[in-house]
Amino acid sequence: MNSNQITNEHHIKKQNLIRKLLMDRSQPGKVGAHTPESDVPKQQTLPNKYLREELPLPEVSENEIVRYFSQLSQFNFSIDHNFYPLGSCTMKYNPKINDEIASLPGLSEIHPLQPEESIQGALKIIFELQGFLAEITGFHSTSLAPMAGAEAELAGMLITRSFHKNNGNDHKTKILITDSAHGTNPASAVMAGFDVISIPSDQNGNTDLEALKAAINDDLAGLMITQPSTLGLFDTNIIEICKMVKDAGGVLYGDGANLNALLGRIKPGDLGFDILHSNLHKTFTQPHGGGGPGAGAIMVSEKLSQYLPSPIVKYEKNNSQNDYSLISPEHSIGKMGGFHGNFGALVRAYSYIKTLGKQGINQISQDAVINANYIKSHLEEYYDLPIKRKCMHEVVFSASNFKKLNGIRALDIAKRLIDYGIHPPTMYFPLIIDEALMIEPTETESKETLDYFISSMIKISEEAKNDPEILRNAPHNTPNSRLDEALAARKPNLRWEKESN
Amino acid sequence: MDTKNFISRYTPNTSLQKNEMLKDIAGVSSLEDLFSDLPSHLINPKLNLPNALSELELRNEIESTSKLNDTPGEFSSFLGAGSYRQFIPSIVRQITSRSEFMTSYTPYQPEISQGTLQAHYEFQSMICQLTNMEIANSGMYDGASSMAEAALMAVRITKKNRISVLKTVSQSYIEVLQTFLEAPEIKIDIIDNSTSLKPDTACIILQQPNFLGNLEDIEKFSNLAKENDSLLVVSVDPISLGMIKPPGDYGADIVVGEGQSLGIATTFGGPYVGIFACKQKFIRQMPGRIVGQTIDTEGKTGYVLTMQTREQHIRREKATSNICTSVGLIALGATVYLAALGKSGLKQIANLCYEKAHYAANLINSIPGYNVVDNGLFFREFVIKCPIPPKEVNKLLIKNKIIGGLDVSSEIENGMLICFTEMNSKKEIDNLIDSLKNIQATK
Repeated sequence: MNSNQITNEHHIKKQNLIRKLLMDRSQPGKVGAHTPESDVPKQQTLPNKYLREELPLPEVSENEIVRYFSQLSQFNFSIDHNFYPLGSCTMKYNPKINDEIASLPGLSEIHPLQPEESIQGALKIIFELQGFLAEITGFHSTSLAPMAGAEAELAGMLITRSFHKNNGNDHKTKILITDSAHGTNPASAVMAGFDVISIPSDQNGNTDLEALKAAINDDLAGLMITQPSTLGLFDTNIIEICKMVKDAGGVLYGDGANLNALLGRIKPGDLGFDILHSNLHKTFTQPHGGGGPGAGAIMVSEKLSQYLPSPIVKYEKNNSQNDYSLISPEHSIGKMGGFHGNFGALVRAYSYIKTLGKQGINQISQDAVINANYIKSHLEEYYDLPIKRKCMHEVVFSASNFKKLNGIRALDIAKRLIDYGIHPPTMYFPLIIDEALMIEPTETESKETLDYFISSMIKISEEAKNDPEILRNAPHNTPNSRLDEALAARKPNLRWEKESN
Repeated sequence: MDTKNFISRYTPNTSLQKNEMLKDIAGVSSLEDLFSDLPSHLINPKLNLPNALSELELRNEIESTSKLNDTPGEFSSFLGAGSYRQFIPSIVRQITSRSEFMTSYTPYQPEISQGTLQAHYEFQSMICQLTNMEIANSGMYDGASSMAEAALMAVRITKKNRISVLKTVSQSYIEVLQTFLEAPEIKIDIIDNSTSLKPDTACIILQQPNFLGNLEDIEKFSNLAKENDSLLVVSVDPISLGMIKPPGDYGADIVVGEGQSLGIATTFGGPYVGIFACKQKFIRQMPGRIVGQTIDTEGKTGYVLTMQTREQHIRREKATSNICTSVGLIALGATVYLAALGKSGLKQIANLCYEKAHYAANLINSIPGYNVVDNGLFFREFVIKCPIPPKEVNKLLIKNKIIGGLDVSSEIENGMLICFTEMNSKKEIDNLIDSLKNIQATK
């Protein structure tokens, strides 16, 4: 051992200290926050049968809590510290101004049920954002009520359902989903009561038109398709697909997970889509927060505008204090959450769009697509590229050649990237590509970062051939090595308990 | 600012660099070539958007928009009804603003997400301790959607096809239930104290304290559920659990609730975090993200997302739900809040809410023309009957820099639901009383 390193024993002590759970740090009498004394006269208490006996929460001092969570935070990769080429997740830079704007007291301290005349500023922001998103995507109207992308998908499917029912088409119960669509789609369609049928892709990564034709009949409710697809490819038959679905009375649902590639280049509404959702935490920079909060926007064509989830904001100049008001569309599918959607995320998206304006929106797609193709060009000779076309904002490689060679899998390559300080790409998705490695650089990465990523991937491809064990044991310098997920599922330990820890 | 030659400050590559990069891309000689798969007649549409703004211009503009709002803090506020203004210790915002937490992704890669994962395990632990339930997930979108997921879960477990909801549950939560339950054709029966259950009822859903602030007779409904082989689903206000008996003590099967009051600003309704806890035996039917403790290849303790085979990205159309996020950052905020307040702090916060509400109730009852609607015991919210429509009362109160309670006149004639937290000083409450008196006098 190198003499300037601490002993192993002390390393373990240090780790154990950081990993100690709050309840194990708790000591009777420690205080983490001071609360004021009551300034009103003592009141009669509730009858005993309503009162709780024990409140087993931790007792830890304030500074210990700060140290604990700060140390824990350093176990995370994050977009401020690391490159995240995470396909279909659009891990772009989260502008700091957006966070500051969202914390303005006039936006963060207001209550959702205040009288409308006292929240005109908040309603103005929502109204304008509805308009910006409809304009960018080419639709008639927007609802910002869904609290996540998956909720917006569900809203889109419920709209499809209500629309058909209202038109006397109860028999339209089938949703087609392309096999290169975003992974949440099938679960969302099923939650809206539909039967799901998967439509394969052809060898060029487009939707297989013959298969689509064969699946279309009178019970077709709609098609869910992601553009560009999760293969990172734009379907060159999209206009024909839209026409086929519409001729059969179906609704065309676009999953906007990959909208980043199209911003300012094409409006999905112009292509013939009836519905599109956008994940504001992907395309419009709401920070991912270690798994949320996100926000979902849903845009629809005019014929579906009265079905949007409620509330939406309406503007009517009426010379009173109530120009902006919350309304529920006539045939609304209803409310998706307790209040009006994730306002904090909406403010960030609004601030982002205003920062870039009409001049900057198409720079997003431009740079995202250049970056992805640059990576593709430099890695093609080292990694198997199942579909050889120029890509949009992401590129999907396959590790199948390494699997055949010596059993190295996409997972091993991904874990080895961690040693190079890079977050793994999306793996094993889309399901149609064996050993998929789906890489999305986004527009906010510099050429220098991309060059470092490319050289790391090339180095890993050499290691995979010459020193595969180094991949199988990766990552090497993280707080934990690979974790036993099977054990976690077999013997669930989901909470602190007195004895077991 | 100069919008003619606008270059986004979020895209680092110069045009020179981009031209170099284009040269490396096979089969592409110009930028337009990259987009040649898109239908050429629709490409590069006109965008009717405002001009780009510099940071200074943007800040000034949005700041003045925000001032169109009447902001609690500058105004005293007595609004609750599912969103509560509580004091937030500084460490909550400091920790949730750390970019390692704020700008990280869902912890699918556990080796580089132990910070998020361990924090979520702490969240699950504290939700269990607060509710006295056996297990909890790492958070849902909000309290209302959490309730809808609980109803769907109860239907999956019992294989029965209708649910009973007490009419004292928040109307907006009931509307969310309707949105989620209509497509799977699950019937919703709105019940009251005297109704018996229809056969085939999967669960009884109640809110404790209920929407109007009162404490329900839990035992009655707990027994009713047992007699009918239905599950008991309880929606809680987590602050009340600093004082009131937790649902685990009276045999609740699933506990949901709005976690916002645990250190999250009211933010015009979101983002919040839904609480979701249940009995251990229902673990495979629980929706949402779950973090579990395990070991790594060296035997060291660590945390992972677990039981993902329930989830949409693995099970696709057979998943328990389509939910993808756990509102991680908000759950982290609630975790830090509960850690800071701890055992004695949360008790004291609950106590302050209770004392102030009861102090105000006694005073309001003594104003001629007003009375507290007697629906039994309450925690920190109650309904008052006003001499004139509550909408009018609120218009007059706002002139005195007071945001009044929620108009519930559709349920109770001239009813206003008002709420008290530790943020309402005695002085504010006394002001409210004086203002209400004056409104009575000027009627």
